[in-house]
Amino acid sequence: MEGIVDYNLTHLEELESESIFIIRELVAQFENPVLLFSGGKDSIVCLHLARKAFYPANIPFPLLMVDTGHNFPETVDFIHKLVEEFNVKLIVASVQDAIDRGLVTEEKGINASRNALQTIPLLEAIEKNKFDAAIGGARRDEEKARAKERFFSHRDEFGQWDPKNQRPELWNLFNGKKSFGEHFRVFPISNWTEMDVWQYIMQEKIELPSLYFSHKRKVFFRDGSYLAVNENIPMKPDEKEEELIIRFRTIGDMTCTGAVLSEASSLEDIIQEVSTSRTTERGTRADDKRSEAAMEDRKKAGYF
Amino acid sequence: MSDTNQIVEDEKFDNKGYLDMELLRFTTAGSVDDGKSTLIGRLLYDSKSIFEDQYEAIKKSSEQKGEEHVNLALLTDGLRAEREQGITIDVAYRYFSTPKRKFIIADTPGHIQYTRNMVTGASTANLAIILVDARKGVIEQTFRHTFIATLLQIPHIVVCINKMDLVDFKEDVFEKVKHDFKAFASKLDAKDIRFIPISALMGDNVVDRSSKMTWYNGPTLLYLLETIHIGSDQNHIDCRFPVQTVIRPQKTEFHDYRGFAGRIVGGIFKKGDKVLALPSGFATKIKSIDTFHGPIDEAFAPMSVTMTLEDEIDISRGDMIVRENNVPQVSQDMDIMVCWMNEKKMIPNGKYGLRHTTKDCRCMIKEVKYKLNVNTLHRNEEDLEIGLNDIARISIRTTSPLFFDSYKRNRFTGSVILVDEGTNETVAAGMII
Repeated sequence: MEGIVDYNLTHLEELESESIFIIRELVAQFENPVLLFSGGKDSIVCLHLARKAFYPANIPFPLLMVDTGHNFPETVDFIHKLVEEFNVKLIVASVQDAIDRGLVTEEKGINASRNALQTIPLLEAIEKNKFDAAIGGARRDEEKARAKERFFSHRDEFGQWDPKNQRPELWNLFNGKKSFGEHFRVFPISNWTEMDVWQYIMQEKIELPSLYFSHKRKVFFRDGSYLAVNENIPMKPDEKEEELIIRFRTIGDMTCTGAVLSEASSLEDIIQEVSTSRTTERGTRADDKRSEAAMEDRKKAGYF
Repeated sequence: MSDTNQIVEDEKFDNKGYLDMELLRFTTAGSVDDGKSTLIGRLLYDSKSIFEDQYEAIKKSSEQKGEEHVNLALLTDGLRAEREQGITIDVAYRYFSTPKRKFIIADTPGHIQYTRNMVTGASTANLAIILVDARKGVIEQTFRHTFIATLLQIPHIVVCINKMDLVDFKEDVFEKVKHDFKAFASKLDAKDIRFIPISALMGDNVVDRSSKMTWYNGPTLLYLLETIHIGSDQNHIDCRFPVQTVIRPQKTEFHDYRGFAGRIVGGIFKKGDKVLALPSGFATKIKSIDTFHGPIDEAFAPMSVTMTLEDEIDISRGDMIVRENNVPQVSQDMDIMVCWMNEKKMIPNGKYGLRHTTKDCRCMIKEVKYKLNVNTLHRNEEDLEIGLNDIARISIRTTSPLFFDSYKRNRFTGSVILVDEGTNETVAAGMII
């Protein structure tokens, strides 16, 4: 019937509304929040949601980036561009700096990665800046330990997560009460799937780093995925360098983020690819493959 | 794209369809043995939501543990302790979609000690799936699960009578369970109950229609999940807008801007509407409803928006904007049904932190009226000690007035949580009567 308004939201509208509610709740309940910003698509979506949540005011919190020293230069450039455009403050916590000061020890061996080392400088930056809540772009569909996360997730004074003893989360009532020295991790897009994120990026015309789109790159094959040839990972004698058309489904550290062979050069192409993909996006992440509970163990210690 | 051939075009992912989808949140309740994990595994598997690397990983773990079949429960048991013990400790959220809808499953453990997880999962669900083992029929646990679903006012309940393959797909077994279930459900406040005979293991009536139960003419489970009407689950009658935060841009072009940000939890607000601000009681009109993409003429639950008002009145977080001719109850005294969620027992006449919509205050437990036996609905007025997983009716008094509706009328203006002021833990979920 004409003239009858449909008072139903689409699932993306409902997810967006839920996420904006969470971000506003965070700003209302905490004194000094920060957005953990990797330059990956999920944190970019969080930034976009934050902008919408407080419009016409500016985003009322800074961004925190953990620089492993092994980030893709494309990601780093993109982050600096966004920071300028959105007029937000960027705080950088450096893994190299933590290594130089002897806080953490560089991993040894062929698969050495600084991924797990991020936790220490991250927690240090949270403590030093007195952040009482850190927003992350983690989603429950990504990984089985993340499926157990709350929207408001409590961390003790050591930054640790206690998954067996989490606060129940009911209706839209979020309990951000904490003792001095403790903090919270807040995950506004917990209920989104990889597909939701891509659809939303297309719907909202959100700009992304070029790494997500197909391009030519020198890579080599290891443990089921292609890694970018770079000075931070030594290649074994039997591994050979090839130039292929690839893209990245997730963006992490250069040492542990695998590429997929792909011709997808537009958001439409990527959505098409994701819809037919038979593997999870973190299937290209060497950091998750170390053991069945790799993510749970890192999360307990204070990882993202 | 137009010059690619037609076959490729047809196989393309339907992008427009995806953007039009609705979201359905449901819970599954059942115990270890009634096939809950198998059912979820079946839904995920048949809707192609299990990825090859996930499947390979659980196949490998199943083999290492010497299990005969690929154990689909490993998909949902995300914590090491859960995998070790073979039980689900905590609510796990799972996601899948079909071309018609997107689904969020809150998979909750069914053991008696985990009532709090069921309550948590149920609090945001539109629909509950209750599993009954066809061989065992309606048991105490079925009653408990259904009671919690109705207590939390989940609008739709689907009873899946599972393992029909083990009772030779007999209609009279299905009818007996249905009859017994209806007999006890008459004591509960359930509006919409459906029954489906299934075999999660064999796939009968889950996604595809069973060829062995031709006597059943109803929908398959997935068809029901895809088509059940959920448009009326939101309250679009009573206008309720709890203010989360006030937006005051420090920018010259928005010099006098004062926007009230929040998520509408009831009704439809229109630009120009006469509204009241609570608790002050001042009347004014809605000047604008703003979003990032520009102003809109009307907004409804559950949208997140920012409103500006015609008059300068004092409104801050915890206040509520409502329609002039439809106001919520305003009181410091109320009766609530609580589910206790903490190992530390409720302190008689104790004081707790209380959160209701966006409002934070404190409350005192005035009286425990009765404790409810969730298996028999017997009201125990003798033993009034309230501990973990107990459900009770209590009277409380709050330090400042709440603006509320009964939980039955609105799940969001009718719910509260209690917080232990020493440990900061959420100790109880409450529904206002």
